[in-house]
Amino acid sequence: MTNTKINLPTEHCETCPAFTQLEQMGIKVGDFDRVVALAGNPNTGKSTLFNALTGLKQHTGNWPGKTVTRAEGGYQFNNVKYKLVDLPGTYSLLSASQDEEVARDFILFGQPNCTIVVTDATALERNLNLVMQVMEITDKVVVAVNLMDEAHRKGMEVDTRSLSRDLGVPVVPITARSGEGVATLLSTISEVIEGNIVVKPMRVEGTPEFQKAVNELVPMIESMAPGIPNARWLAIRLLDGDARVQKAIISGELSGIVSRQQQIDVQFSRKMSVEGRQ
Amino acid sequence: MSNTTITPHDIIAKAESLRNNLSTGFRDEIVKSIYSEAEKVAQRAVKTASNKKYDFDQKIDRLVTSPWTGLPIMLLLLGIIIWLTVSGANVASNAIAVVLFGLGDLGRNLFNQIGLPWWLTGFIWDGVYLGLAWVISVMLPPMAIFFPAFTFLEDLGYLPRVAFNLDWMFKKTGAHGKQSLTMAMGFGCNAAGVIATRVIDSPRERLIAILTNNFVPCNGRFPTLIMLATVFVASAFPAALTSFVAAGTVVGVVLIGVAFTFLMSWLLSRTVLKGEASAFTLELPPYRKPNFGRILYTSIIDRTIFVLWRAMQTAAPAGAIIWILANIPFGDANLARAIADWLNPFGLLLGLDGVILLAYIIAIPANEIVVPTMMMVYMGAGMMVNGPGTSAGIFDLLVNGNGWTMLTAINLMLFALLHNPCATTIMTIYKETKSWKWATVSVVITLGLAFLVTFLTASIARLFGWV
Repeated sequence: MTNTKINLPTEHCETCPAFTQLEQMGIKVGDFDRVVALAGNPNTGKSTLFNALTGLKQHTGNWPGKTVTRAEGGYQFNNVKYKLVDLPGTYSLLSASQDEEVARDFILFGQPNCTIVVTDATALERNLNLVMQVMEITDKVVVAVNLMDEAHRKGMEVDTRSLSRDLGVPVVPITARSGEGVATLLSTISEVIEGNIVVKPMRVEGTPEFQKAVNELVPMIESMAPGIPNARWLAIRLLDGDARVQKAIISGELSGIVSRQQQIDVQFSRKMSVEGRQ
Repeated sequence: MSNTTITPHDIIAKAESLRNNLSTGFRDEIVKSIYSEAEKVAQRAVKTASNKKYDFDQKIDRLVTSPWTGLPIMLLLLGIIIWLTVSGANVASNAIAVVLFGLGDLGRNLFNQIGLPWWLTGFIWDGVYLGLAWVISVMLPPMAIFFPAFTFLEDLGYLPRVAFNLDWMFKKTGAHGKQSLTMAMGFGCNAAGVIATRVIDSPRERLIAILTNNFVPCNGRFPTLIMLATVFVASAFPAALTSFVAAGTVVGVVLIGVAFTFLMSWLLSRTVLKGEASAFTLELPPYRKPNFGRILYTSIIDRTIFVLWRAMQTAAPAGAIIWILANIPFGDANLARAIADWLNPFGLLLGLDGVILLAYIIAIPANEIVVPTMMMVYMGAGMMVNGPGTSAGIFDLLVNGNGWTMLTAINLMLFALLHNPCATTIMTIYKETKSWKWATVSVVITLGLAFLVTFLTASIARLFGWV
C-alpha cells in the first residue's frame, strides 16, 4: 500500500505540524506503539474516517450495519505508530447481537490506548447515549463530532466546547469526507494518550444503594483477576445480570482473554491483508 | 488453605444477593438517567437556527417509501440498472470476444509455426487460454456496469429504503426485516450477503437469512442469465426491443428468486426454525452526495477486478481440465463426451442436458465459469463457425449444434438461480454458523429445489407438447 495524499486541508496549513506529520500506513500494522479504537453509532462515517487516516479502501456505504467485523489499519503521527481498529457501528453496548459484542469486547478486552467515538452532528442526542456507555468502560475517550457539513446544511450549530465541558472528554468537530478537523483530532488523541489532556468522563452515578453495591463488587473482581481492566463496568454488568459476563467470569475466560486478544489482533490483521475487503 | 481466595462463584453469588437487595427497576433507572443526561448535554450544545431542515429529504422519502409508489419505484430502479447492464454488456462482450479469440488464434498459429508439440499448443491455447477468454468476455462487461450502479445506490442511502419497503413482507414470512439488506448484498456476492447477516440479532432469523441468501443471483450468475436472456428469449423479438426484453427477462428471474426467498423463509419459520419475527428500529439515513471517485474505486477495483480475478483463478484450471478430458480417448469419442453422455438422461429429465450438468460439477468452486465450461465442452465437438463468443456464434453452437430449445434456456436460467451455493459461500456459511449441518442444509435445500423446479417445468412443457 503506498502512502497517498488525502484530502487534509492544504491551504494555510502546509506548515502545520499536524498536517505534515501524518503518514498513512495502510495495513502495515505489524509493529505499532498505540492502539486506537473507532466506535460510534451506525452510519456516522467511522469507515470514512478510517479510510482517511489509514489510506485503506475499506468499503463504506450509506446504510446502518455496513461494517460487521473489525477492520484494522495503521497510521503514523509525530513518529508514533498507531493501529486503528474500525468497530461495527452500534447504538448501545448492552444487547447481545454479534456486532455489538465485537465492539464491546474490543473496547473492554482489547485495551485500546484511546477510543474515538464518532458521532453524527445532526443526531447528537441519540449518539451521546453510546458515548456515555463507552465512557462507562474506559476513560481514554475522544469524541469526534462528524458530519459537521451536513449539520450546517440543516441549519444546526453544534457547540463542541459545551459538549466537552459536560462530557469531561475532548470533543473535536470534523468532516471526515473532506478531512476537515482530522488533524486536530489526531493531535488530541496523542495528547490524551500521553496524559497531556486530563480526561474526567461524566458517569451516571445511579442511586446511592446502587453505588454501594458496585463498590462492594469491584474489590472482589480485582482480587480474583488482578490487573483486569474495567472492573467497575464488569461489576455493573454483573448487577444487571449480564449472562455473557457471568459466563466469562466463571470460565476464567476473562483473565485469559487479555493476552489472547493480542494474538487474535495479529491474525486478524493478516487476514485483512489477504482478503482486505468485505 | 487460605479462605481469602475469591472464586468466580463467590462473585456471581454476591452479585445475585446485591441485586436482590436493590430496589426493583434499578436498571431502568440507570438507562433512564443515561438518556436524560444525553438529552440535557445535547440540548445545551446544539442550536437549530431555522426549520428549513430535511424538507427535501423527507419529500423524497415520502415518495420512495410510500405503500403506493415505494415498490414500483424499486422495481423501476432495478429494471434500469439491469437494462443498463444488459444493453451495455452485450456490445462490450461481443467486442471483447472478437479481440480475445482473435488473439488466441494468433497464439495458436505462432505455436504451430515454431513447431511446438500439438498437446502443448492445445493445452495452452484451447485449454487454459480459452477458459480465461470466455470468462473475461462473459463476465467483465456486466460487472463493470452493474457494480458501479449498485454502489451508487448504496452510497446514496437507498438500501435502507428498500428494507423499509420490504419489511412487512419479511415479517409476514416470519423473517427479519433487515433480511432485505442482506438480500441486496447478495446481488453482489452471496458470501458477502451471508456475512452481512450479522446485523440480524436473533439467531433464528439470522439462519433464515443465511439459508435463503443464495436465491438472489450473485454477480457470478448474472452473466449467465444475461447471456441466456439476450441470446434466446430476446432473439424471438424484433431487434429494437431486444435489450428491453432481455432486461425484462432478467428482472423476471430476479423476482422469481425473491419469491423463492419469501417462500423458503416462510417454510423455514413454520418448520425447523419456528418463531415470531422480532421487532427492530430501522434508521433511514439522510441521503448523501455519493463520492464518484470512491464509487469507481470500490466498484471497479474492489468488486469487479476482485471477482474477475477470482473467476480467472478457477477458469484457468477448469479450462485445463476440460481440455484434458476432451483429449483423453474413450470409446468412440473422448472422456468429456462420455461423462456428459452418461449424465445426459438425468439432464434431459430436468430439461437440461449432460454437458450442462458436467459444467456445473466442474464449476462448483465458482459459478462464474459455468458458461465458459459448457461452451468449451460443446466446442470440443466442433469449432464455432459464426465468430466464437458473439451472440450469433453462441446461438448457432447451442441451437443448431447441440439441440437446445427455449426450454433448455429457461430451465438453465431457473437452475442457475436456484442451485447450490458456490464453494466460497458454503465455506462462509460454515464459518458464520460454525455448523456443517447448516452448511449441508443450505446445499440440500437449494439443489433439491433446483432439481424439483426444473423437473416440473420440463414435465409440464412436455405434457403440453411445447417442446
